[in-house]
Amino acid sequence: MTAPNSAVPVFEVRDVTFRYHAVTALDGLNLTIMPGERIALLGANGSGKSTLLSILDGLYFPQKGGVAFCGQPLTEDRLQTQEIEFDFRRRVALVFQNPDVQLFNPTVFDEVAFGPLQMRWPKAQILDRVSEILEQMEITHLKDRSPHHLSMGEKKRVALASVLILDPEVLLLDEPTAALDPKSESQMIDFLVSCSGGRKTVVTATHDLDLIEDIADCCHIFQSGRIVGAGTPAEIVKDHALLLSTNLIHAHRHAHASGELHSHPHRHGHGHGH
Amino acid sequence: MSGQSRSGQSRGVIERSLATFVDALQHTFHAEELAKKRGLLQRLDARVKIVAILPLIIIAALARQLTVICALFTFAVAIALLSRVPPSTLAKRVWLPVLAFTGLISLPAPFLTPGKVIYSLPLLGWTITAQGLRSAIYLIMRAETAATFSILVILCTPWTNVLKALRVFRFPTALVVIVGMTYRYIFLLLQTAHDMFQSRKSRMVGQLDGRELRRTATASAGVLMSKTLQLSEDVHLAMRSRGFRGEVYVLNEFQTGWFDWVMLPLFTGIAVLAFWFGR
Repeated sequence: MTAPNSAVPVFEVRDVTFRYHAVTALDGLNLTIMPGERIALLGANGSGKSTLLSILDGLYFPQKGGVAFCGQPLTEDRLQTQEIEFDFRRRVALVFQNPDVQLFNPTVFDEVAFGPLQMRWPKAQILDRVSEILEQMEITHLKDRSPHHLSMGEKKRVALASVLILDPEVLLLDEPTAALDPKSESQMIDFLVSCSGGRKTVVTATHDLDLIEDIADCCHIFQSGRIVGAGTPAEIVKDHALLLSTNLIHAHRHAHASGELHSHPHRHGHGHGH
Repeated sequence: MSGQSRSGQSRGVIERSLATFVDALQHTFHAEELAKKRGLLQRLDARVKIVAILPLIIIAALARQLTVICALFTFAVAIALLSRVPPSTLAKRVWLPVLAFTGLISLPAPFLTPGKVIYSLPLLGWTITAQGLRSAIYLIMRAETAATFSILVILCTPWTNVLKALRVFRFPTALVVIVGMTYRYIFLLLQTAHDMFQSRKSRMVGQLDGRELRRTATASAGVLMSKTLQLSEDVHLAMRSRGFRGEVYVLNEFQTGWFDWVMLPLFTGIAVLAFWFGR
């Protein structure tokens, strides 16, 4: 795979269609992601965001259309070559929505060391890097713990550490703040902001509108496997009609102190604003 | 009426089983707490611990001298105390269950083994022989001693270190990784199953009849199976995402210190003495 070039898109998704048996997850999708961009993929559950992340991570391959990574086609055949796959896996990392899926090793230490071990890094380098990343993510005290003894916030941080150890150029995040309490959510956002640091390309799939202004410069709205809108976070959160039609906000009835009962678009999150 | 009692019993069995499994999960938390304490066995490297204790378990099971077995048992209790394992924990988790099991097996021995009669049961007239009683005591003490040593290794070693030690002893890496992942996910799936049953129970009014209950249990098993398959597929994707290509590479990170090199000869010396005098 070629080195990143600011003029060449990191990912070029062209007319991608993907189906799970009879269900169409992505339907002729087009998307270009440039180096250093921070993108949010917004959409209700089942809109195709997670499937796109799996395709960008080379885990699924489109049945129609194609994906290019740094100008080279991202295909199953190409990833069969160990050298190409290791280069791709080092440069692109996916953090899964459910941390229990990602934390399959007996201890946090083993979990964080897993990626470099598969890529045959030297032992001394692995030990140094694991210590460094555990410290950076403030989870050194958890290193000998088993993942099933961790809280959800700790699991999410370990999952992030397990991919950041490879210092990837592209971070794909699937609902990074899902199921977190407010404090853990705030911590996670801080980590994401600091670890992207303007150097990494970050693609975040979420339906949390309170998150996007912190972690994205550009948003794409998904519905039924298609992109139906795009814009900056500020533009998107103001477009109530678009958010309503894509189920990202909802209208519900409530009473004000005056006794007036009415309904209007409403979004939930830690800000709880309307 | 009978149907109701049967259904009540069936529901109880499933729920009790799940509750027992979830309780086992709580036990692992307790076990890991013990493994983190600063005691004699906890300070030993997992490999050294296994090399030091394994011969003692074998010798305890094979020794022919009761005094030697009793001495080994005393040694095991001393190690437990120095490792901050409460005797009550040993009593609950080893001594009483082993006594119940081996006691049952050895119960006929005092009556059936020919030899010198030392007591005769009133009314029944059954006789207890010295040789028979000795055989029963041998069996019970051997089992208690070997089990005490075994449980001490388990209680004083984080499970993950036991797995790592197995890798060092040339157990196939794939096998050890599979055992580790099974241990990792069995609790997750047990918790899922438990939550499914709790969720159903919270929405139920009255009791289901036997047939309906079996149908629900089968459906739940199917859902759990489906979740398990989905989980295994997702875990495989997560492994691939981080460079897994079918062969697992692991890090064997152990550190032995002076304490290990002092304790290993000491344990080995005791094992040699026990072997010699216990022949």
